[in-house]
Amino acid sequence: MADGTTAEMNAVSDMIAAQVFAEPGAPVLVFDHVGLAFDEKVVLRDVSFTLLKGHTKIILGASGSGKSTSLKIITGLLKADAGVVWVNGRRVDQLTEREMMAVRADLGLIFQEGALFDSLTVRENVGYKLYEESDMPIADVDRRVEEVLGFVGMLDHIDKMPSALSGGQRRRVAIARAMAFKPRILLYDEATTGLDPITALTVNDEIIKLRDLEGVSSIIVTHQLRDAFYVATHSATREPDGAVRIVRATSEKEREAEFVMLKEGLIVFEGDADALRRTTDPYIQSFLS
Amino acid sequence: MPSFVENWLKSAALEVQEYVRLVVAAMRGVVSRPIYRHDIIEQLDVIGSGSLTVVLLTGLFTGMAITAQSGLTLDQFGARAVVGRLVGASMIKELGPVLTALMLTGRIGSGIAAELGSMMVTDQINALRALGTDPIRKLVVPRMIAGFLMTPVLTVISDFVGITGGWIVSRFQLQVNTGLYWSSVRDGLYLQDVYGMGLVKPFVFGFIIVTVACHVGMRTSGGTAGVGKATTVAVVASSVLVIAADFFLNQILLTLLY
Ligand SMILES: Nc1ncnc2c1ncn2[C@@H]1O[C@H](COP(=O)(O)OP(=O)(O)OP(=O)(O)O)[C@@H](O)[C@H]1O
Ligand SMILES: [Mg+2]
Repeated sequence: MADGTTAEMNAVSDMIAAQVFAEPGAPVLVFDHVGLAFDEKVVLRDVSFTLLKGHTKIILGASGSGKSTSLKIITGLLKADAGVVWVNGRRVDQLTEREMMAVRADLGLIFQEGALFDSLTVRENVGYKLYEESDMPIADVDRRVEEVLGFVGMLDHIDKMPSALSGGQRRRVAIARAMAFKPRILLYDEATTGLDPITALTVNDEIIKLRDLEGVSSIIVTHQLRDAFYVATHSATREPDGAVRIVRATSEKEREAEFVMLKEGLIVFEGDADALRRTTDPYIQSFLS
Repeated sequence: MPSFVENWLKSAALEVQEYVRLVVAAMRGVVSRPIYRHDIIEQLDVIGSGSLTVVLLTGLFTGMAITAQSGLTLDQFGARAVVGRLVGASMIKELGPVLTALMLTGRIGSGIAAELGSMMVTDQINALRALGTDPIRKLVVPRMIAGFLMTPVLTVISDFVGITGGWIVSRFQLQVNTGLYWSSVRDGLYLQDVYGMGLVKPFVFGFIIVTVACHVGMRTSGGTAGVGKATTVAVVASSVLVIAADFFLNQILLTLLY
């Protein structure tokens, strides 16, 4: 009896959550006083931020400041010691691995080192989730895989093994793999590091297009400030003739991309591109120059 | 000093706990969906046909060696004619299962630990989880099923090849008549513990080899150096466990069968 009521209540709250999170500006991802330590080493002391639907967070910070760790906490690959993490209205810090799978269906993570499956071809890597974990017909999966590989300019390498690719090519395949199943939240860990400027630009444009045309919310971890500013200050629009153009963002749109700087387990800066440029904090200034 | 012992006991207990947890989760993965059929078939092939050569060679030479040795010993009692009985029984009861298991530890156990270990340190296991796949179902279950099923098959092949090797030595070195050899082998097989031991052991050994290797592989940390260490640990631990399990299985089966 009691169980039946709880189940009903859960169903109702799930429905309400689904409605709330369908609206623009919904908080798709919330970090509330999150802390994590590996044995003695404290990586995150007290980190709180909120990512709104369709917005962008750019996480900056020195090497070892806990950026990759934060992304792993969001995907539930690591559990925080303290604090609360919400993804799409679900408290992921309390979910079991099995329940987490449902949340992950909406999360695309690009690992810093790519983490491609080295026993599978590029095609199988990119289509992994669709081939293995969905009912999508094979022909549709093939089409989708070719489409996303086209976005990152890797269509020619579709039948190669990851070991036969260069570092930058591997990174692009990793990006394609995270995009392939159309998650509504994408987490990029150093997606453009090690790419030549032209490829980096196409990847940045893709990030902007997914955000502005598909409503994807993104977290971008990067040391490439040039790429970070580019993504923050540009937007994609669809012309009446159907062509997509990347243009300079309006100042309103620009405020939807926020920079967060991590240092010693704390957030030492949070604000838009303009605020970051104007900061007088010596540590952050030394980071920017 | 006491704290050293204490720490050691604690980490050993933790290791066992994690191992049991993995085995339980894998067992659950065998009987519930999703099941990755394609991976099971692939592992049956990798573990089964991939290990055939090494198992054939070990079985053959072991059979020939013990036949030559037994011939010498039996001669002291003028019982050279019953060499087949000795070879058949010891091959099926002891040497076939144990030596096949040890060869598989080297070939399969180390391979699994290295593969899962390197997937662990390059975040591929995390990537599987992030893409919605349970690594235990995708990686451990197929290997466990394949190891559990193929080890007995390979052991039976090794037994047969070993006994055939024994025939070669009996016929051409010991000058024992072919018909006499095989009928003596057959007499040996009527002993009731032969089938019990010969068939129960390899299932247990196969299970040990694969689950230990998966456990060690999935707990790898510390980059490529960690992968090397995991591989060594997996081989050493499962070799020792196989030999210890052999002793205990002998005791248990002897009590049960008589
Ligand atoms: N599995 C682990 N065990 C122990 N310590 C870890 C582990 N993973 C990360 N760390 C530590 O946590 C800290 C943060 O690591 P993280 O990978 O999040 O850094 P990062 O900000 O992504 O750095 P980079 O810019 O170099 O990628 C590092 O000091 C690292 O040593
Ligand atoms: Mg990192």
